[in-house]
Amino acid sequence: MTRSPVFPLAVDGGRTGGSILAGLLSSDLPRSKVLTAILLAILLGLAATPFLFSGSQPLSTAAKICVFIVLVASYDLLLGYTGIVSFAHTMFFGIGGYGIAIALERLGATWFSVAIGLVAALLLSALLAIAIGLLSLRVRAIFFSMITLAVASAMAVLASQLSTITGGEDGLSFQLPVELRPAFRLLPEPVLGVSINGRLIAYYLLFFVALLTFLLLLRIVNSPFGRVLQAIRENEFRAEALGYRVVAYRTMASVVSALAATVAGALMALWLRYNGPDTTLSFSIMIDILLMVVIGGMGTMYGSVIGAMLFVLAQSYLQVLMSAGSTALAGVPVLPSLIHPDRWLLWLGALFVISVYAFPGGIVGRLRQATQ
Amino acid sequence: MTGMAVEPSASSEPLPRAKTDWLPLLLVPALALLALPLVGSGSTWVTLTVAGLAMGMMIFLMASGLTLVFGLMDIINFGHGVFISLGAYASLLVLGPLAAWAQAESVWLNLALLLLCILAAMGVTGIVGTVFERVIVRPVYGSHLKQILVTMGGLIVAEQAIHAIWGASPIPIPLPATLRGAFIIGDVVMERYRLVAVGIGLLVFVGMQLLLNRTRIGLLIRAGVENPEMVEALGYRIRRLFVSVFVAGSALAGLGGVMWAFYRQTLTAGMGMEVMVLVFIVIIIGGLGSVGGCFVGSMLVALVANYVGFIEPKLALISNILVMALVLIWRPQGLFPVARR
Amino acid sequence: MAEPLLQLSGVHTHIGPYHILHGVDLAAPAGQLTMLLGRNGAGKTTTLRTIMGLWRASSGTIRFDGRDIAKDGTPDIARTGIGYVPEAMGIFAALTVRENIVLAARNGPVDSARLDWMFGLFPSLKRFWNLPAGDLSGGQKQMLAIARAIAEPRRLLLIDEPTKGLAPVMVRSMIEAFRALKAAGETILLVEQNFYAASALGDNVIVMDDGRVVHSGLMSELVADKNLQRRLLGLSLDAHQ
Repeated sequence: MTRSPVFPLAVDGGRTGGSILAGLLSSDLPRSKVLTAILLAILLGLAATPFLFSGSQPLSTAAKICVFIVLVASYDLLLGYTGIVSFAHTMFFGIGGYGIAIALERLGATWFSVAIGLVAALLLSALLAIAIGLLSLRVRAIFFSMITLAVASAMAVLASQLSTITGGEDGLSFQLPVELRPAFRLLPEPVLGVSINGRLIAYYLLFFVALLTFLLLLRIVNSPFGRVLQAIRENEFRAEALGYRVVAYRTMASVVSALAATVAGALMALWLRYNGPDTTLSFSIMIDILLMVVIGGMGTMYGSVIGAMLFVLAQSYLQVLMSAGSTALAGVPVLPSLIHPDRWLLWLGALFVISVYAFPGGIVGRLRQATQ
Repeated sequence: MTGMAVEPSASSEPLPRAKTDWLPLLLVPALALLALPLVGSGSTWVTLTVAGLAMGMMIFLMASGLTLVFGLMDIINFGHGVFISLGAYASLLVLGPLAAWAQAESVWLNLALLLLCILAAMGVTGIVGTVFERVIVRPVYGSHLKQILVTMGGLIVAEQAIHAIWGASPIPIPLPATLRGAFIIGDVVMERYRLVAVGIGLLVFVGMQLLLNRTRIGLLIRAGVENPEMVEALGYRIRRLFVSVFVAGSALAGLGGVMWAFYRQTLTAGMGMEVMVLVFIVIIIGGLGSVGGCFVGSMLVALVANYVGFIEPKLALISNILVMALVLIWRPQGLFPVARR
Repeated sequence: MAEPLLQLSGVHTHIGPYHILHGVDLAAPAGQLTMLLGRNGAGKTTTLRTIMGLWRASSGTIRFDGRDIAKDGTPDIARTGIGYVPEAMGIFAALTVRENIVLAARNGPVDSARLDWMFGLFPSLKRFWNLPAGDLSGGQKQMLAIARAIAEPRRLLLIDEPTKGLAPVMVRSMIEAFRALKAAGETILLVEQNFYAASALGDNVIVMDDGRVVHSGLMSELVADKNLQRRLLGLSLDAHQ
């Protein structure tokens, strides 16, 4: 395969030619004024969070959003661009987290340990992704979904069983390298009233790694490789007939996606200074990822930004809103129990189902449609 | 279906012989025999085997509907687990008012209670299955991707609905009095409830086999699994058939859910999804769409889990994955691949 | 002249993004055997599938016995009395020969006279009665497929390439069977690539190309007119002798 035929994207507008921005975004621009505004607001908001809000809660929320943007974008590569449903994405997320946690706990709180942990995790993820892909992607896509579900659950069980290595159900807490500890001060004086400490450095480390990974994923889906993936998604048999080795491409896609998820897991562990089954491996996180990617917009990459933002904010703040509503409706039968703060997932689930039927492009798709 | 008994007449042409695929069927007894020396003690082996069979029967109950629905209409319902949970919770409808029956030291009263629980579960899951099929599944025929997503969404919503109705905390459900404990014969220990589970599982399996092989509906289902289009071209409304199979599959999941709930003696909304991992492994091993394969697969997975759990407990939890990998390496389409079109 | 039993007028069919039938007009008169000829990809199979409702006609009418069935569902079309033998035969391989026939007789058991008649046409079905249909040879499967279409009295038989891939001896016995069906007064629309078989059987002939009907008339006329044959069928005349 020396020259790949070009499969143009569905809409290939917004080519501003040569500009740096287009280069950074791989010429895949938001293509909607509202979407551009929202994305810019999210970017600036995340970049300036430490200076806009005080206290640790907003910073943690922002960090979680950054991690989930990477996690969801990497899942979108698989679901939206390649058209296969994996339930093992949290497994790779977990491997990243455990890689960092185990390395830092065993080898000491150094940058060297971080590097070792990350590299080992990436290697393990790549191997697993290849093994699962080769075993199940050649049969039917539906096998892949079921097998990933089974393998992921076995991994979760394994992680909680091998407690000498993973800390079992309790997980692992560990020390970060000195520069990332809250007590570390980069500058003696606060800037704009915010002290430049290790926590802040950790946040920006996370922010920039997330941003870079996201841009890299955007580049990948817009490369010839990404276009082949979409061609396969649209018509597997035709792509096969054109000479593309479908299994190889799908396996590659799941490897790339697994690697990005591993990075996300590593970031999560670095931020939390902890990793355990519930923070990275649980099936409920898998469900959350699905909700985020579908509601945000499958196959758009930007959907992951919107989806992650919306979901994490909903998780943190929607419950407060619903609790108010529930109290206001006290006395009315059934209704209060439906908008009970614990039922927020019920409504996101319903939104998810409606999205799949009515707006397969999710929020991003809607915004782009409105523009046209 | 009588009146067509025609004897084949003799002729010089050699009669082709019906090929029965025995190998996968032999796998289960072979496995049991192989485990005997590894387990060591005969009585422990019996206990483990009964436990394995009981677990296998329950998995079969939960998985059989799913595999049939897939075979017939090429629909994979990732929300199937909800029917397991729902069936389990539906037994509360019976256990609440008839709490006295559970306390009674009467085998018949206890079994009747179990039966009523099963009926309630099948009724509720059957009704919800009808709605689920119409609202969730019907709009996404033909697209596996959307099916997986939408049925997953249905699962989220339904699990949350269970929380809204019955609360989010686990609910204990004790076994009826006479079904607790074990029969002890010599040094062989067999838990009573497991024997009941084996009995009910076998009953359902035999019933399904009779239905599939001896009735017109069964013929239609088997034909539909192979070639739904041709079934329609013969004048049968396969949609109606499909809805009934979907509803029956949901009801079976509900039945399995009740059995599973009494086995765990706890209800949680997520219990269905937890066991779905096993269910998927079983239907992959059996061959998607094959009821017989589903049965063999269930027994295989459950027996291996029990034997390995005794011999090398650390391995037990991933033994399913190993069994699946081995089977898929041997037969990539599962033990009994279903011919399609 | 009375209206033909089956009449297609201006039928267009799209399959996904592809436009396959471009306004097909054809008729199958009652009690006759109508041959549908044409090279691969001419739209013959699509025409039969459209009549059965397995593909939807995007426009045009399909009148069967005076009623438009173009919008009906496949089961309803079958229930009006149309038997269908698809190109791939559509045998239920996991079912026995007997079970295949039992399913085909939707309105109850096949009476013994009809069964004897079917066994007379296709003797091997009787011998393999209780064997899985999947174990039959190609020709036997084809016979089962046709037997299934006539397991009940039907008003029209749609049969797609019954001689495809069969050994010459099988082709001959298949032709015999169709002669017998004709003699029994069945109305048949038969897709055929084999002009030898077609010319031996057809009362009428319809030739399709590129999703349109390019010729229709009596078979005897086409058989007599070598030039017309060459123009309509090109090399297929000699290639299939």
